[in-house]
Order: sequence, then C-alpha cells, then structure tokens
Amino acid sequence: MRPSGTFRVVRMLMLLGFAVLFFGPLLAMLDFSTRGVDGSRTWDAWANLVKDPELNRAIVSSLLLALFTVLLMLLLLVPTMIWVRLRVPRATRLLEFLCLLPLTIPALVIVVGITNVYQWVTYLLGDSILNLTFVYVVLVLPFAYRAIESSLSSIDATTLAEAARSLGAGWWTVIGRIIVPNIWSGVLSAAFVSVALVLGEYTIASLLNYENMQVVIALLGKSDANTSVAASLAAIIFAFVLLMLLSVFGRSRRAEGR
Amino acid sequence: MSRFSRLAPSLALLPFLLYLTVFLLVPTITVVVGAFTEGGRFTLSNITALVDPVTLAALRTSVLLSAVSALIGATFGAVLAYLVVTGGRRSWLRRSVTSLSGVLAQCGGVMLAFAFIATIGFSGTLTIWLRDHFGIDIFGSGWLFALPGLILVYAYFQIPLMVIVFLPALDGIKPQWREASVNLGANAWQYWTQVAFPLLRPAFLGATLLLFANAFAAYATAAALVSQGNPIVPLLIRSGLSSEVLLGHQHLAFALAFEMIVVVAIVMGIYGLLLQRTSRWLR
Amino acid sequence: MTSRTLRLSLVAAIGVTALAACAPPAKDKGSDGGSGNAATATSADEAGGMDALVAAAKKEGSLNVIALPPDWANYGNIIKAFGDKYGIKVTSQQPDAGSQDEIDAAKRTKGTDRAPDVFDLGQAVALANTGMYAKYKVATWDDIGDQFKDPDGAWTNDYGGYMAIGYDSAKVPEPKSIDDLLGPAYKGKVALNGDPTTSGAGFSGVLMAAVAKGGSADDIKPGVDFFSKLNKAGNLVPVDPTSATIKSGQTPVVIDWDYTNAAHVNDVSTWKVALLPNVDPVGGFYYQAINADAPHPAAARLWEEFLFSDEGQNLWLTGGARPIRADAMVKAGTIDKAKYDALPKVTGTPVIPTTEQTTQMSDYLAKNWAAAVK
Repeated sequence: MRPSGTFRVVRMLMLLGFAVLFFGPLLAMLDFSTRGVDGSRTWDAWANLVKDPELNRAIVSSLLLALFTVLLMLLLLVPTMIWVRLRVPRATRLLEFLCLLPLTIPALVIVVGITNVYQWVTYLLGDSILNLTFVYVVLVLPFAYRAIESSLSSIDATTLAEAARSLGAGWWTVIGRIIVPNIWSGVLSAAFVSVALVLGEYTIASLLNYENMQVVIALLGKSDANTSVAASLAAIIFAFVLLMLLSVFGRSRRAEGR
Repeated sequence: MSRFSRLAPSLALLPFLLYLTVFLLVPTITVVVGAFTEGGRFTLSNITALVDPVTLAALRTSVLLSAVSALIGATFGAVLAYLVVTGGRRSWLRRSVTSLSGVLAQCGGVMLAFAFIATIGFSGTLTIWLRDHFGIDIFGSGWLFALPGLILVYAYFQIPLMVIVFLPALDGIKPQWREASVNLGANAWQYWTQVAFPLLRPAFLGATLLLFANAFAAYATAAALVSQGNPIVPLLIRSGLSSEVLLGHQHLAFALAFEMIVVVAIVMGIYGLLLQRTSRWLR
Repeated sequence: MTSRTLRLSLVAAIGVTALAACAPPAKDKGSDGGSGNAATATSADEAGGMDALVAAAKKEGSLNVIALPPDWANYGNIIKAFGDKYGIKVTSQQPDAGSQDEIDAAKRTKGTDRAPDVFDLGQAVALANTGMYAKYKVATWDDIGDQFKDPDGAWTNDYGGYMAIGYDSAKVPEPKSIDDLLGPAYKGKVALNGDPTTSGAGFSGVLMAAVAKGGSADDIKPGVDFFSKLNKAGNLVPVDPTSATIKSGQTPVVIDWDYTNAAHVNDVSTWKVALLPNVDPVGGFYYQAINADAPHPAAARLWEEFLFSDEGQNLWLTGGARPIRADAMVKAGTIDKAKYDALPKVTGTPVIPTTEQTTQMSDYLAKNWAAAVK
C-alpha cells in the first residue's frame, strides 16, 4: 500500500517536528559549548577534551571498561547461550528469565547492596576502576541477550552442530568456528549496545565513588559548564556513530512476512 | 544413562549461574535483608519509615513522574515509530532514528541533563534567545529542577525507548491484513479502530509499562539535574547513603531500594503477561 | 525445574549472600617499608623526633587525601605546598565528596593503597565515627584549647568560620538584615550551599536564618519558616551554587561559610562577603583525623604536623578560614597580621551547636524541610 499524497506531507511535517525536538537540544549544546566571553565563538571547551588530564583519564577508563565489559560478556554469554540451545534446551526459559532479570532490578538497587561483594573483589584483585567490569556485565545482559538470541534463533544451530560433530569437531570448535561466525551480526549488535551502555553509565560508578567518564562530566559541570557540555555532546555523537555503523554493517534480521 | 551424565551438560552453565548469583542475586538479597534489619536484628522500623510523609511524598512524585513521562513517551513514541515504519525496512530514516533512539534511550543520564541545561537552563541557548528577542523568561525560578522539568527531560529518553520497543510490534502488522480489510469494504478509520489498534493494544500497554518501570528506576538524569532536594525515591536513596547531616539512615536507603524492587517487579510482571498475549498475534 | 532444585538453588543463593556479608580478611601490610615507630606513634616524639618522622614519610612517598576542593579554605595551595616541601606525592581524591563519603570511601577501600590517609570532617560525621581514627597529638598540641580537641588525640579542630552571605555587589545591594533577602531585588537570586538534610553547610545556613529570626540552636523552626517564605517569594534558587553558577550569574547571592564564600572572588571580581550585623553568628569547625588504617601512616602524621604548623595555619588563613591556633599565633606574632585583620568582624556570641542539638535539629529538618520549600 503506497501512502497517499496528503499522508506523505503530514508525515514529512511530523518527522520535521520530531527532528526539531531531538536535534534542537544537540544544536543548543553546540552553541553553549562554543560560547566565549562577550558573545564570541571559541573552541576552547572542545580543546579541553584532550587537554584536561582528569577528563582524559576518565575517558580512557571508560573506554577500557567498555572493552573489558564486552569481552567478559561475550565470553560468559555466548558459549552459555549456544550450549543451552544445543544441549540443555530445558534451561531456555530459565536463561531467558535470568538474563532479563537485570531489567527488573534497577542499577540503583544493585549498587546499594553490592558493597560487600566489591569489598571482596577489591581484596582479591586490588582496587581499580576496572573492577566495575563485573557489575557492568550484569547491566548489559538483557540487551546483549536479546541481540544474540534473535540472531541465534534465526539459524538452525542444531543441524549445523550435528553436522560438525559428525565430522569429528569438538564442542569448542562447534561453538567457536561454526556457530559464532553465523551469529556474528547478533554478537556485534550485543557488543555495540554494551559499549553504548557502559559509556553512559553513571549510577553505579558515582555511588561507588569511581571516576568514570560520566562522573567526571557531571563534576566538571560544577566548575566549567562549557567543557562538560562539550564532553556530553562528544559522547552522544560518538555513541550515535557507533550505533549507525552497527546498523549499516549488521546483516538484516528475519525477512518480512515469514 | 546415569544421573551424573544426564546432569553433566547442565554443569556447563555453572560459571554463568555463579557469576549472576554473585553480582546480581547477592546484592538483591542483601538489599531485601537490609530492609528488614537494623544493627543485625530483625525489625520492621525501616518498612514503617516508608509510610512517613516525606518518603510517601517522594513515592508519590516518583509514581507521578514515571506515569506521566511513560504516557507522553508512549503516545509520541508510537507515533514516531509509525512514521518510521511507513518509510520501509531498510531506509536511512529508520536506521538513523533507531540509532539515535538507541543513544538517547540507553546512554541518557548525565548527558541528557546537560543537553537540557544547555537548552533551557539559566544560560541555555533557547532561554537567552527568547529573553533577548521576545522578553520571555522561560527559566523562571528553576522549574527545570522540579517535577515539570523532570517530566520534560524524562520524556526525552522515554520517546526513543518507546520507538525501540514498539517498532517490532508495528513490524508485525502484516500488510495483508490491511489489504484484506480493504477488500471487505473497510475504510482507513475502520481498519485502524477495529483491526490494528486492538492488535497493537497489548504491545502498546506493555511498552507503556516498560517505560514506567524504566522511569521509576532511573537515577542518573535526576542526579545530574537536581542538586537540592530529594523529590523522588532514587534521590532519597542517594541522600540516605551520603548525607552528612542525617546520619545512620543507610537502612532507610535499603528499605527504599526494596520498595523500588517491589514496584518495578509488579510492573514488569504485568508487562510479561501482556508480552505473552502479544506474541500470539504478531508472530 | 523441580521443586528440589529450586530449594537447593535458594539455599545456595542465601549461602553465598551470607558469605559475602562477612568482610574480607584485612590485608597484612606494614611489614615491608619499615615505617616502624611512625606507623603507630601518638606524637612526633614517639616516632623518634620530627626528623625521623619526615624521613619515614618521605620513604612512604605518597599521601591520599579526600574531599578537599582546591578552593575550599585554600586547600589547593596547601596540598601543593606540602608536596613541594617534602617531595611527597599527594593524591587528592573526590574533591566534591561530603564528609560521609569520606568515611564510606575509607571503609570500602580498607586495606588497599587507595584508602584515604587523613580526614577533614564536619562535626556530625566526625563525632559519629571516632572508632576509625588513630590517636595523634601534633607538636603544637598545647596551643589548642581543650574544647577543640579530643583528650587522647583522636581528632582535632583545624579551622573554623561563620555563616555569611556572599553576594555579587554588581548585581544586588548589600543585605543589611536577613529580611532584605525577601525583597524584590533578590528575586530568583538566593542560593543555599547544599540541601540542609544532606549538607552541613546548608544545615548551618538554615540555622543562621533561625538565629536571625529569633530562634536558636534548640529551635530551628524560624529558619525553616524563613526559607519557606523565601521560596514562596520566588527568591530561592534550588540549585547548588558552584563556580559555574556564580560565573554565569545564576546564583548571585550565596549563603555559605565565610571562607568558601571568600573564594568566589576568583570567579567574579565584584564578589563580597558579609556577616549579618547584630545577629549572633553561627560558627562551625572542621575536624582533622588520621585514618587508623592509613596506608601511609607516617606521611599522614607529617601532614597533620604541617597543617598545624605556623605555615599550614597561615595558608588556611589565606583561604579566609580562621585557623584554630589563631589566638596563640597572635600572641607569638607568627600570624599573618594583614590577612587576620581582613577577616570579617564578628559581633555577638558565636552559636556552635552541640551534638544533641544538631541531632534534634536534623530530625526536625528531615520531617519539615521538604514540605517547606516545595
């Protein structure tokens, strides 16, 4: 059904309205962060993004956290999901329930109750902001699960596995060299969503008194509003580019109308 | 087959289960236990503190904020999702809207707060423009930092979240249904009110509930925006944990966290039920 | 899942929780590095003399401080001066944290190298956590009055100030009484430094209003009523005043300690600080203490010695705070006379609440503040 003429016009206007609503503040952030004294334009605040040592340290920490979270999440989740699908199908409901559980338990609640656990982590691994990786993996679980699950359920994993096993492949080969390449788009999607989430995480880092990127941006807002707005805008643009790349390079999901 | 070899495949799930137990279940149980203890002994005083006027007011504001922002997000988000869906599955419009929605919905928090401060804050771009050109002062005495402001900022991440959650439901509306209804003589209004809306209703309600839970549990945006006062439950928790004036209120924070779990669990439970109903039709 | 598996998993989950509830064993440290006497000394003499203490501190090489904003009582320069004088690297953690956050950070990082070595705390938190401090009496111990220190040396008052009104003289007139703030000249301009139920400075601000309106440390109601009126008049801005908000003009009038207000002259050159005339000023002291589990105990003790030396006390004075040894230093002539005389004059009897009064007032605020400034 092709949309009618009036419909297209109305649609265009409404989309324009939404565009103003959502891009307006972003433009305002650009204006705010380039405001100089007496109405001039200056890129000082943006230069601060690379010059300010505290902000740099926080950006590096956040990027490292994103990397480690993705790695640990993939290591933990992908083999488990594939194993459940291939060998323990009865556990599917349980796995789904557990992976979606973090949606029901707010990050704020997790951090209120996690002090003891983190005392142990600090005792065993030393004190570093990278310890946040462990709780971040829990936070990204629902989104990663959904992304990988939609990919996994669109291929016939059982047949592939059986074929590989009959040719003598071991389980790790099946998981790593047969299944994973076929669910690559789901894996990539999970990775990108996790990166976006970790870069934007504030609740747990601030209440555990770690200084990740969002915490430092919030702190900067108290002394240097321009730089913090510049940093926020930069982070939003970075995450947007990341997710756009994902949608361009990820392969399409189920065809329509199957 | 022996008991062990039947059990063996399940053992491979142990690392995952152990990990979740330590980093998700233990904190939750700690919070539940902490809500009912004080100084190591069982007590209901924390729970009764939840019906204090101050904590009740925070709960009321939280619920109001979540409900209003969820309704705004659901309506506008559904409209935007529909506009996007009519553009085709692989259009640039859909790609960019879903990417931007992903960014705004999930990495909201602090950055959103600053986006609004930069737009309608005291020295925000829009504030200054309106002040200089029309003499209108939209900042006033700081409504941005109270409930109305919070609703506006929350809507900003609720609408994208609705787009993300509702798009799959709209994708499930098969064009054949529209064609069939036209063949039977229905006009657009009848199609929408008698075919599409009833089918989409469970998904819409479910998504609204998801938005409610999301707003109720949100902390970062409010924490970055509101520096004084604890109008909503998450900020009251922050105060309980780090106040240097009201000492020893950590257990109140546990009780409030427990209250949050209960509310979100109820909402997500209803969402789960609605999801089951939806998937029947839109498979 | 069978009910048996369910029960088993529940038991397992509770078991793991119980395990996690026990704190991890304390890390055994201090054997290497050989701080020896300095680690547990209760005075410089016990550590083998000042030189031995300095040597031990230099050997440790670093110091962790927490919650010290650079523009709070000139801490930025104090940290730099200490680091330059002794060649010890000072790590300033979480400058924006409050007193309770300091204690929480110490508990959470206990046994690690990142734990804070020393605390600078507000009264309520300081007196509620005395079990966490190491006893130490600085060399200038006798210069400090008995009411300003713990008899065993667990904590010592370091500097104090009075609640004052800071204002941008280019934007608003000088407030001659507290009721002036209710006037139209101050519409949308007055900010309190912090929520009174969360921040000590905010709390003292409400107390100042209470005293000015006939209340006292036993009766904070007039203060809450005043702020309620201020809010209804549209004069109260519900925003924490920071460098950014003062520079942008969002908070041209700030109710805060006189020394923190004094620092804002660096943000806006027309900034002035005034105590309310004819009103008993609300005073407050901060408390210095050494973390009993400090990872760098000798450096921590040397830091205390530095702060209470003439140099340290004068650096605080430069920040607009009143150093605790001021009287003794005036007598000995070691005080920076020019800066001391430049401090705002104090008339009347300072109001410094006791712990009981503070608790009672906090409870009243907990019940009534939120509704008053809705």
